Amino acid sequence: MAKSIEVDNLDIYYGDFLAVENVNVHIKAKSVTAFIGPSGCGKSTVLRSLNRMHEVIPGARVSGNVRVDGQALYAPGVDPVAVRRQIGMVFQRPNPFPTMSIYENVLAGNRLNAKRMGKSEADDIVERSLRGANLWNEVKDRLGKPGMGLSGGQQQRLCIARAIAVEPEVLLMDEPCSALDPISTSAVEDLIHELKSEYTIVIVTHNMQQAARVSDDTGFFNLKAVGEPGQLVEFNPTTKVFSNPDNEATEAYVSGRFG
Amino acid sequence: MALQTQAPTSGSMSITAGQLPRTATPMVAVFAAAIGVVAGLLLGSGIAMMVFIAWLVFTLGLFVWSRTVEGSRKAKDRTINAVVWSAFVLAMIPLVSLVVTVVVKGGPVLSPGFLSRDMTGFAALGQGGGIYHAIMGTIMVTALAAIIAVPIGIFTAIYLVEYGAGKPLAKVITFLVDVMTGIPSIVAGLFAVSLFIAVSDEPLPRLGIGGGIALSLLMLPTVIRSVEEMLKLVPNDLREASYALGVPKWRTIVKVVLPTSVAGIVTGVTLAIARVAGETAPLLLICGTFPSANWNPFNGAVQTLPVYIYTSLSQTSHAKYGDIWTDRVWGAALVLIIIVMALNLIARIIGNVFAPKTGR
Repeated sequence: MAKSIEVDNLDIYYGDFLAVENVNVHIKAKSVTAFIGPSGCGKSTVLRSLNRMHEVIPGARVSGNVRVDGQALYAPGVDPVAVRRQIGMVFQRPNPFPTMSIYENVLAGNRLNAKRMGKSEADDIVERSLRGANLWNEVKDRLGKPGMGLSGGQQQRLCIARAIAVEPEVLLMDEPCSALDPISTSAVEDLIHELKSEYTIVIVTHNMQQAARVSDDTGFFNLKAVGEPGQLVEFNPTTKVFSNPDNEATEAYVSGRFG
Repeated sequence: MALQTQAPTSGSMSITAGQLPRTATPMVAVFAAAIGVVAGLLLGSGIAMMVFIAWLVFTLGLFVWSRTVEGSRKAKDRTINAVVWSAFVLAMIPLVSLVVTVVVKGGPVLSPGFLSRDMTGFAALGQGGGIYHAIMGTIMVTALAAIIAVPIGIFTAIYLVEYGAGKPLAKVITFLVDVMTGIPSIVAGLFAVSLFIAVSDEPLPRLGIGGGIALSLLMLPTVIRSVEEMLKLVPNDLREASYALGVPKWRTIVKVVLPTSVAGIVTGVTLAIARVAGETAPLLLICGTFPSANWNPFNGAVQTLPVYIYTSLSQTSHAKYGDIWTDRVWGAALVLIIIVMALNLIARIIGNVFAPKTGR
C-alpha cells in the first residue's frame, strides 16, 4: 500500500540556521515526484525531513506538518525508527555495508531488525529485491561475495535492492544517479518506472532531463536570495513545469537561462 | 644558474643535468669508512670515534660531490636523505642491541625445566628452579586487567562517539581520560593498595586482583582512545544507511558500526594489553612475590615476571649463587619480551583477519 505525503508550512532548521522555509507539497501515492533546483537550496534537506532522517544531524529540527496518509510524522509519540521502516531512502553515494556480502546486504534491513525468517523466505526476498533492482542477473552467481566488490553502479542498485527488501510504503531517493554512468543511470530510471506501480517515489536530482523523464510531478526549489533560506518556488505536474511553468525563475532554470 | 639558462646561445631551457653514478652512495660510504678507520688508527681512538669520523666524511663528501656535479637541490636532497637514515639507524641501535643481548644471554637458559618449574625450594639453591609461577601470574593478572578494562573502555568509547558527541559530559570524560593517560604506574599501584587496605583491613594486602585493578587503570585510557579513534573512522554514511532501513540506534551500533571497526578495536585492545603486561611498579606493591603459582587472585601474593626479574636482580650479587640468579633474570626477561611480542603479532594477525573484505 503506497502512501501519499502532505507537507504543510514546513520550516527546517540546522541549529539556529533556517535552511528551508515554508514548504507546502502534496505528494501523490504511486507517483514519482522530482525535486530540482540549484545546489544548497534545501532539496535534500526537505527529502530527509520526510522520513525523519533530518534529525540524525545534531541540532537539526523542523517545525510544521508532515502527514503520511493523514498520520502526522512529527506528532509527539511518533517513533522515528518505525517511520523509517515504512519510508525507505537511497543515498547519493552508494553505501553498502562493508562487512556484509551481497546477500547479507540485501537482507540487512530485515536481519538488523531482528526479524526471524527461514532460509527459503530469505532467499525469496533476496531474489525478488535484486530482480526489482535489475541486479539479479549480474550477481546471482556471487551472492556470497562482499558488496564492496561491485562497481559503483552495481553498488547503488544493491542499495536500492536493500531499500526495497524491507517493503517500504515510500521510497526517497537523494540524487541516486549522480555518481553513475549513463548506462547505470538508465537502469536506475527503468527501475523507478517499474517501482512506481507499487511505491510512492520522491527523487532529488540535478539532472533536469532525468526529472522530465521519470517524474509525474516536479517541485522547483530555489534560494529566496543569497543568504536567505531556500523555498519551494513551484510545484506542478512535470509536463507543465517543463513546458509552461507558472514562475519565471522556474522557466529560466529549466531552460538553462538561470541567474 | 639563472643567467646560464637564459643565455642567448642556448635558446631553450635545458632539461638535462649532471648526474652522479648510481653507485655513488656506496662508493662514498666505502671511502668514508676507510678514512674513518685510518684517522681512528692515527689518532688512536676507539670504534665510536671511527664511526663518527666516517659518518661525517660520508655526509660532507656526498654533499660536496653532489653539489659540484648535480647542483644544490640534489645535494640537499642527498644530505637530508643521509641524515634521516642516520637518525633511523641511531634509533634502531638500542632496540636491536637489547633484543640481541637478551636472546644471546637468555636463550641458553630457556629449557623445558626452566619454563615448567617454579621456585619452591629452589630459592636458596645454586641450581634448578624456574619461572612457571611467574609466567602464569603475569598471564592471570594481565587477563584480570583486560577483563576489567576492555568492556569499560569499549563502552566508554561508544558513549563518547555515538551518544555523547558535543555534550558537556563527553567533554569532561575526554578530559579525564587524557589526565588518566598521565597517571604514573606506581600511583596506580598505590591506589590498588589503599583500596584493598580499606576493603580488607589488612595492613599490607597482597593479592592478584589488586594487580589486575592497578593494570586496568593504566590500560583504560589507551583502550578508550584507540577504540574512540576506530569508531570515528566508521563513515557516517553507513550509520545513515542503517537508520534509513528503520534500524534502531543500538542495533546500528552493534550490527554495523562495531563489525566495521572490529579489526582496529581488537588491534588497539591487544596493544594496550601488551603495553601493561610488562608493568613492574604497581605489581611490586600489590602482588608481591611468591615462590609458586597462586591461582587464587583474591588471596595471597602472586608472582609476576617483571617483579620476578626485579627481585632476582638483587640476588645477582650473591657471592655463591650470583651466576644462576643472573641466568634466571635473563631467561625471565626473554620470556617477557616473547610474550609482549607475541601479543603484538597476534594484534596484527587479528587486524588482518577481521579487516573488511573488498575482494571481488
